Amino acid sequence: MRLFLAIVFLFTLGLPAAAQQDALQTALQAHGDQIAKPSRRTIQPVLDDLAASGLDGMPAFLEAWAAKEVVRKEADGLFYYGSRDGDVYVLRSVEDGSDAGTVGRRDARELKPNAGVRKLIATALVQFQLNDPDPDRRRAALDALSRNPTPDLLAPLRASIEGEENRAIRDRKEALDRLITIRFGDDPARRIEAIDWMADRISLEARAALNAVLTTDMVVGDPTEDANVARLLRVGEDLSEAEALARLAEAGILPDTVSRADRDAALIAAIRNNAVADRPVATLDTEEARWAAYEALAGDGLVPPRPPADAVATLIAQNPIHAVYDEPDPAVTAAAEAALSQVEARVARAQAADLGLDALSLMSIYFLAAIGLAITFGVMGVINMAHGEFIMIGAYTGYVVQTVVPDYTVSLIIALPLAFLVAAAAGVALERLVIRHLAHRPLETLLATFGISIALQQIFKNIFGTQAVPLTSPDWLAGAWVLNDVVGISYIRIAIFVMALLFLALLVFILRRTRLGLEVRAVTQNPGMAASLGVDPDRVGMATFALGSGIAGVAGVAIGLFAQVTSEMGAGYIVQSFMTVVVGGVGSVFGTLAGAGMIGGLQKGIEWLNPSNTLAAQTYMILFIILFIQVRPRGIVPQKGRFVQ
Amino acid sequence: MTDAAETRPAASLGRKYPGGVGAGPHSDLRVGAGPHSDLRVGAGPRSDLRVAAGRHGNADGARRPGLAGRTDVWMMLAALALITLIATILAQTGVVSVSFVKLLGKTLCLCLAALALDLVWGFTGILSLGHFAFFGIGGYAIGMWLMWDRTEAIVAGTLARAELPPTALELQEAIGTQIFGVVGSSDIPWLWTFAGSLPLQLAFAVLVPGLVAGIFGWLAFRSRVAGVYLSILTQAGTLALSLWLFQNDSGLRGNNGLSGLQNIPGLEHLPQSVISLWFLWASAAALGAGYVLAAWVVSGRFGSVLRGIRDNEARVRFLGYEVEHYKLAIFVGTAMVTGLAGALYYPQAGIVNPAEIAPIASIYLVVWVAIGGRGRLYGAVIGAAVVSLASSWFTGGGAPDIELGVYTIKWTDWWLVLLGLSFVLVTLFAPKGLGGLVDIWTQRRATRRDDLGPDQGSKRAEEETP
Amino acid sequence: MTALLEVSGVSKSFDGFKAIDNLSLSVAEPELRAIIGPNGAGKTTFMDLVTGKTRPDTGSIRYGELSRDLTRLSEAQIARAGIGRKFQQPTVFEDQTVVDNLTMALASPRNPLTVLLRRPDRRARAAEVAERVGLQTHLDHRAGTLSHGQKQWLEIGMLLAQEPRLLLVDEPAAGMTSAERERTTEMLVEAAKDHAVVVIEHDMEFVRRLKCRVTVLHEGRALAEGSLDHVCADPRVIDVYLGRPETADA
Repeated sequence: MRLFLAIVFLFTLGLPAAAQQDALQTALQAHGDQIAKPSRRTIQPVLDDLAASGLDGMPAFLEAWAAKEVVRKEADGLFYYGSRDGDVYVLRSVEDGSDAGTVGRRDARELKPNAGVRKLIATALVQFQLNDPDPDRRRAALDALSRNPTPDLLAPLRASIEGEENRAIRDRKEALDRLITIRFGDDPARRIEAIDWMADRISLEARAALNAVLTTDMVVGDPTEDANVARLLRVGEDLSEAEALARLAEAGILPDTVSRADRDAALIAAIRNNAVADRPVATLDTEEARWAAYEALAGDGLVPPRPPADAVATLIAQNPIHAVYDEPDPAVTAAAEAALSQVEARVARAQAADLGLDALSLMSIYFLAAIGLAITFGVMGVINMAHGEFIMIGAYTGYVVQTVVPDYTVSLIIALPLAFLVAAAAGVALERLVIRHLAHRPLETLLATFGISIALQQIFKNIFGTQAVPLTSPDWLAGAWVLNDVVGISYIRIAIFVMALLFLALLVFILRRTRLGLEVRAVTQNPGMAASLGVDPDRVGMATFALGSGIAGVAGVAIGLFAQVTSEMGAGYIVQSFMTVVVGGVGSVFGTLAGAGMIGGLQKGIEWLNPSNTLAAQTYMILFIILFIQVRPRGIVPQKGRFVQ
Repeated sequence: MTDAAETRPAASLGRKYPGGVGAGPHSDLRVGAGPHSDLRVGAGPRSDLRVAAGRHGNADGARRPGLAGRTDVWMMLAALALITLIATILAQTGVVSVSFVKLLGKTLCLCLAALALDLVWGFTGILSLGHFAFFGIGGYAIGMWLMWDRTEAIVAGTLARAELPPTALELQEAIGTQIFGVVGSSDIPWLWTFAGSLPLQLAFAVLVPGLVAGIFGWLAFRSRVAGVYLSILTQAGTLALSLWLFQNDSGLRGNNGLSGLQNIPGLEHLPQSVISLWFLWASAAALGAGYVLAAWVVSGRFGSVLRGIRDNEARVRFLGYEVEHYKLAIFVGTAMVTGLAGALYYPQAGIVNPAEIAPIASIYLVVWVAIGGRGRLYGAVIGAAVVSLASSWFTGGGAPDIELGVYTIKWTDWWLVLLGLSFVLVTLFAPKGLGGLVDIWTQRRATRRDDLGPDQGSKRAEEETP
Repeated sequence: MTALLEVSGVSKSFDGFKAIDNLSLSVAEPELRAIIGPNGAGKTTFMDLVTGKTRPDTGSIRYGELSRDLTRLSEAQIARAGIGRKFQQPTVFEDQTVVDNLTMALASPRNPLTVLLRRPDRRARAAEVAERVGLQTHLDHRAGTLSHGQKQWLEIGMLLAQEPRLLLVDEPAAGMTSAERERTTEMLVEAAKDHAVVVIEHDMEFVRRLKCRVTVLHEGRALAEGSLDHVCADPRVIDVYLGRPETADA
């Protein structure tokens, strides 16, 4: 950059004011004819010269030139920016774009560089763009370059690194320099150095560059002396027999394989008097008979022969197929293989980290969804199957608030406590109206709450419709925190994680430090004794129900921010939530956390093993939990008290 | 049999006495047994203590072994015969549509499934939230044959018009493409190995549910998972199955399920009006047989043990019964019956898909049994019939909308709300369900008969007492 | 007199609380044995251990001529081996008739298939047992409609119907009238003529009437064993069990 400025400065000093005003035109006129009728073979020195002039207007001129927007007046040979307007060209000065009048269509000529020349111009342009004072333009140039790297851009790129002052862009340029070097460089030592440097990266670009070096071709027969052989391909392992046959056929060693469709077409074409090669058509009802008929036709030379069945195996054995690198230099390919394996190991570690983050966020969601269930189950020994509907109520509360309060941030701040209150109120109503009347009848409670769940789902469906409603997160929650090309996590999930931590802390505080917590623990461990000590189990039940349902409501808002809000959303969480409670251990906050962690981790783990199929992941997870119950029937953190005999 | 062997060496209390201390029979333990009246502490008016004769089951069953004494069995069989007869006549005269006959037939299948659930839940106390999965498995098993055989016929017809006679491989491929084209595959999954055989697929419709229930039940019961835990595990298992079926590569056509099952191979020449009647008869026969079987199972000592497990599992163990074996037996047995019910249902429904197996379906089954009255066989049947027919009526637009001025209640929208809430009310206030109404009626009759007395065993025993 | 039940070195703790601590005990056949002790002495836990409801942490419980290890058997297997148990609270099947309750208890094959398929009429045998416990007029009454005392008798009837060799009876006299208690006493004494009977009781008067060997449990250990008079004379027993009411009286 400094050099560039210095050159500009020298020019400014060295030229008289008048000449300075049309410095660009002067520079152009020095190569006037070549610019007007450029040829791909001869234009490069001209471009170099023009680029070296370092004039301010030069990039604009080159762009216009490549875009066929430059005209040359026949009379004086001067260049102008021009656009055709009927019978005249409207001209603008190349120096400053000022209006330069018009010229008749026949008195000027449009410059029409061909594709080859345009490409050279673009290359020349890149070095201007790479040195452009505007960082955004430099980044754009680098983006273009990395999308479509060509060997001839290597030199301008390298030249621009020196003057680069922006640290990030400089790193990017250096990375790109190495990427291009790896693919197109002609000095093996330099390429290997670049490859080794790549081994420390995990970007997609790096992997693409290394893979580009390692492209192979299949070669039939013994490879030539100078071939850079990657490996011998074994039939059945590295390539299928059909592929091997196709390769051998390509190499002319075997005739083309005849597909069954080809065979049948040939047989049908050869039907004469209801017979093929003297075989009645009616007998051709087995595959063997049809092949035999085809062979007979082939024997008569009527159809192309098929590969001899008995000789195929020997021919494949006699003609080994090798994968041969397109890159001739074995040192380069070896370095690339080594670097790629390092990169892949690093990518695998990063993926594991990413998976861990995913599992963590899933764990937070399950924890929020299940903790209310765990508390009520622990304290009252009942399963609330309408718990999922409290999640849904929370989500719809968030939606309603958003329709009233348009600002997403404000509405979220209102929605969270409101969802807690609404869901808690619903929970208290459920407890007082239904569950209390079914005390000590857990199965009946389960059934009655099922009824509530069915009714609530349908009521919400009737009110809000069957379509999912949007619960939009504010902009500051919309993005994702990206560590690199592999590891990233959306802000919403981070927020949910933080929320889960807050509720964990809150619950631990309530249970360990407050009167309610003391009573809750007392009722959980020995309800009879607690009652005789003056703890009102009804009051405790109601309070825990309010708390548990309220948290479900908040969880609903959180879930609604990233998942669809429908009347059925709760139903999807109830089984998972219960699994979390069962696996973790009933009535324990940390048990629920452990259960959520295990289920979240397990689900992500299985998804990772079989990424194409999230449905199967759920199936396997549920099966695993059924087996887990065999080993630890009372969960990871078994409860003491009520169920202990 | 081992338990019998174990009991024998143990000194038999009753039998040792005759040759033992010389005390006369019984008298040994009736030490100081004066008039029995002193033991009948707090015995209120006699009628309070007497078991209503109408209470189906053990009271009668114990005295008259077998089912002949059970009025509910005869009434159920008579009702089924009557319904089938009337439906047949009405269908033949064109008063009711084919779809109504099908609805009736399907309802009877659902009743059979509800009956099976009642055995598991109402009698044994295992609240299975997954029995509809067995229903679905039965449907899939029979559906595979229906689909395969019909597709085979169609494909064979198409290929016969080709210029070359079809080979076995071509047939297979064409069937594969025809059936699995919707999930982007033409390979025939191993699950379909025996799809061409009706006897085998029929056997699978019963055996596969039994096997699945056996494995699940063995795992769950042996680790003494009970109560709500077990319920949720059954639900989770059902969810797992339906999610697995939803996959395209499960080999059962993913969420498309199996369709066109109403077309019975070999019966193409018959109109649906005839086939629907056949299925109605078959369903009624299955329900009748199932009812008799269920009544037989719950009568006698086996039924006592089942009810004992429901009411106090630990006590049954201390009596020497392996509770787990009984649970497993009833779980597997009812799963098989449910599978059979499904095998009869889906050819009438025409399509079976994973949504049928979703947990909510099993919950509806429970709702039917609860509303009908669990722990009584006719309760399950009545509940399933009434609720599922009402459900079709309400959701099918049969029920008139209610104008409330500002709002119109459309039953298609509000039926589920009504069902859910009435379920809650039944659980809260009428745990005996609709069957409780039958109780009230029979008890009134029984009390009257009681007064007439001579048949009452207890009374006679009293008279005999010196 | 050979030992039918041999409990040796058994310990069981719940969450750190030692309910049974290195307990050894032997019961012969026939024998009537009373186990007494204050609340929390481990009496019921002892029964649970013998009947397989809970498993000991250490020690062995051997039973019968073959010295079978009960700790390896399920509750049902133990019951079938000839150990019958009567609970403190009457636990009869209230929804079922007296005759059904008794039929279920009658000694007979227990496996599901036999029970389902072979259905001999056992009403007569059940009625016989019912007569012994004075319930012959209530055969077809539901157990739930019986009085508390009648339920106790039904439970005893079920125990007898099982035809066990070893009877474990937990507080048989609880909630009975004095006439009923007397009858119970006589019945237990009678049964112990050719069976092993273990009675758990804390009513000293009742135990005195049984006139049998007494084991005193305290904090999970056998504190003393012998005749009631003998153990009552033991200073340790007086200290932990009898001492308190006496000081209260004084």
